[in-house]
Amino acid sequence: MLEARNITKVYEGGVQALTDVSFTVPKGQFLAVIGLSGSGKSTLLRCINRLIEPTSGQIFWNGKDITAASPEELRRIRRRIGMVFQSFNLVHRSKVLTNVLAGRLGYTNPAWSLFNRFSKADIEKAHQTLARVDIPDKADYRADELSGGQQQRVGIARALMQDPEIILADEPVASLDPALAHSIMKHLERINKEDGVTVLCSLHFLDLVHKYADRVIALNEGRLVFEGLPGEIDDKKFKEIYGRDAERVG
Amino acid sequence: MTQSKPNHEAKPSVWRSLRNGLFFAIAILTIAYAFQVTGVDLEEFRKESRQQSRVRVMRALARPDVFDFDRAETTVNSPVHLPCPGGVEPQIQREESGEAYVESLSCSAAGEIITLTGYNFPPNTDVVVSFVPGNDPNSTLALTKARVKSDSQGRFTAEVELPKDRESDDVQFLRSYAYRNVGAPRWSKSALDTWDKIIETVFMAFLATLLGTILSFPLSFLAARNLMKNVRSPLTSIALNLLGWPLGIFFGFQAGKYLLGLSGSFAENAWLNAADVVIAGLLVYIGTRWSLSRGDETPSGVIQRALQELVSLAVSILAIYAFLEAGNLSMSLGSAAIEPLGAFGFVGNFLYQSGDILRTITPALAALVGGSILSSRLGRFGQSLSERLSAGAARAVNLILAAAAGGMLFVGIGQTLNWFYEIGNPFYIVILPAVLGAAGGLTLAILTKPKAALSIGLTVYYITRMIVNAVRSVEAVIMAIVFVIFVGIGPFAGVMALGLHTIASLVKLYSEQVESILAGPIEAIEATGANRLQTIIYAVIPQIIPPYISYTMYRWDINVRMSTIIGITGGGGIGFLLVQNINLLDYNAASTQMLAIAIVVSFMDYISSVMREKYV
Ligand SMILES: Nc1ncnc2c1ncn2[C@@H]1O[C@H](COP(=O)(O)OP(=O)(O)O)[C@@H](O)[C@H]1O
Ligand SMILES: [Mg+2]
Repeated sequence: MLEARNITKVYEGGVQALTDVSFTVPKGQFLAVIGLSGSGKSTLLRCINRLIEPTSGQIFWNGKDITAASPEELRRIRRRIGMVFQSFNLVHRSKVLTNVLAGRLGYTNPAWSLFNRFSKADIEKAHQTLARVDIPDKADYRADELSGGQQQRVGIARALMQDPEIILADEPVASLDPALAHSIMKHLERINKEDGVTVLCSLHFLDLVHKYADRVIALNEGRLVFEGLPGEIDDKKFKEIYGRDAERVG
Repeated sequence: MTQSKPNHEAKPSVWRSLRNGLFFAIAILTIAYAFQVTGVDLEEFRKESRQQSRVRVMRALARPDVFDFDRAETTVNSPVHLPCPGGVEPQIQREESGEAYVESLSCSAAGEIITLTGYNFPPNTDVVVSFVPGNDPNSTLALTKARVKSDSQGRFTAEVELPKDRESDDVQFLRSYAYRNVGAPRWSKSALDTWDKIIETVFMAFLATLLGTILSFPLSFLAARNLMKNVRSPLTSIALNLLGWPLGIFFGFQAGKYLLGLSGSFAENAWLNAADVVIAGLLVYIGTRWSLSRGDETPSGVIQRALQELVSLAVSILAIYAFLEAGNLSMSLGSAAIEPLGAFGFVGNFLYQSGDILRTITPALAALVGGSILSSRLGRFGQSLSERLSAGAARAVNLILAAAAGGMLFVGIGQTLNWFYEIGNPFYIVILPAVLGAAGGLTLAILTKPKAALSIGLTVYYITRMIVNAVRSVEAVIMAIVFVIFVGIGPFAGVMALGLHTIASLVKLYSEQVESILAGPIEAIEATGANRLQTIIYAVIPQIIPPYISYTMYRWDINVRMSTIIGITGGGGIGFLLVQNINLLDYNAASTQMLAIAIVVSFMDYISSVMREKYV
């Protein structure tokens, strides 16, 4: 179980990106985070694994306070939290296999990393994971030779290599066309259903939310304005989340 | 940005004219002053003596001394008195040398023009007629007076103006000299010397670039803001880290020196050295495997942890010892191999010198390794201490440690200053710095929150930047002066100077590249739980390889240029030869060297542009 308590983030320039956000995610849930662009979705997801330090508030994970963890503990926590990004964030000039193996770095002795060495088991696992995301034959390509959809699968494979308990997905399909978006979302769904991995996924389109999410939280200008089932978002709620002028499509 | 609208309400144009006039006057004054201080003066340029030497030098430069021929020479030295001794009338005299002979006047007044007629010289050949002052007909000092050509019968006539300022009671000579090149051309002495020095120059540039690249690679990360700004540590950890350095350096250096002495006593026995290298190397390998196979989980038990530390220590000592013995082995193999290898003796020399370098730097290396290990261990201990202590206890610990670290740092600075300025007074070099440093540390400990993470990364970043900028502002040619004093005149000094300058400039260029990489991959790798080293290896390095190659090529290009002139201050290479020849007024030889420099530089320029296009 993951619990966020009163998370507030003020950026250095003074931008108040999150204000007092609290919510809980039971283990194994698929939680969608929605909101306009600039509402604080990315900031919220990054506060969970402390890629961004929250200004105040706490994150509890299985009873442990992530926000109070020492750098060493934080590394151990992070390796069980996979992350998938809107812009994929692959290392372009490295091979796909290396990108996937990077998911094991938290488990690898840094001295081995000096020689770019991974264990045989890790390499085997990397190939299996690539097969699992349907690109078994791309291991030796350079990452930037792949299409957008393929790159995002590599991103998912990298997260899977971590043996994650949680996956944070920050608008994983916003850079992809709708057909590809569904195939990527299906992979996340399978990981959620088959492996029991908790997924926190920020999304733009409500139809994706209805199709994949167990539960939704919504942010507006850094405040939590909705928490509930996808079906509970009626027209009134919609206007609250997306503003008065928003039109509901689809 | 606001767009300025055209101003229709005409400004008082008098003011504008005045302002323009003032501006113009200041510009003229500035240029006038520049003329004054740079000594622009065409008077000197127009002088006849200047004009003559101009012609002489330009013509010499246009004739690089590249080829030599065997010469068939004809020389006739006709005696001449300047002026005619009292009562003697000038008369036609005949002077012979083999077949050839020259008819000329036996004496004449200074400044007169006299005629020489030569017979039986080689036909259709240049003849140089020169005046040889003094009474030695074989003197090499000769003032060229005329250049003529012999006709098809080997005859020539030359009109020679006798010098005005060479009057003497002794007999002097007029030399008629003709030569023909016979046989095939061969490289001249200056061409061969130039070739030697050009090779030296190119390899100086190569070594300096190699050294500079290797050392500036890790340093460039310390000078990259985006990597350093997130490096934060609590004061407890920083203070312990600082305290760890001198202790670690001391122990490391002592261990290194002791091992150096130990292995020095086996220097004669190559077999023993080889056995040592193998055995120590094997033990290091096994020990490392053992530590690594234990994964990165910190062992829980105290005994376990102590065991691990002990193994690491043993491995480090064995590794240093293996290093030293490898140096020994390399030296004895090298010196044994120089003779039998013949033309490839330089390989033996390389082995010998590398071994020597290895053994010389080992104590320093051991000190560095000891310092970094102890400081990082203590720093980590400080980190966990800071996590476990209550805020009050942490503050108390901080007060003590920060005072100690500050005091130590300042005493270190005091000692360094003492080394340079020989102050000697312990109050100024120990007590005062210790008090000041401790006070500084205390202030820091009081002003900061006890467990707050301070941005030590940015501090390191600023210090690195400052040092690099300071070093970069000193030209390599100037640095060479210092290194000539350190290691003597020659290419080695040049390599050191160029290498240092290369480090400074590459650290700047490289770190700018690090600062411009994509942040996304770094974020992604950090999110997997990778530590800082792993993040650099997997997210930073792949992104910077192409610009690093490109900048290394660029620097290699610059280093070739620089190494051609670094000899001016004694740094070896072709510049040394060039300056020497210019000072000897041997412009033909200097021209050879200039030509060689031009060829090499443009060739390197071409190569590096091709390579850069290929790799980037
Ligand atoms: N590094 C940053 N520094 C300052 N402000 C930021 C930074 N990152 C995001 N912000 C601001 O914080 C707010 C929330 O941004 P973000 O979390 O990216 O929203 P979303 O992901 O929902 O689009 C925005 O107003 C944005 O401009
Ligand atoms: Mg976002």
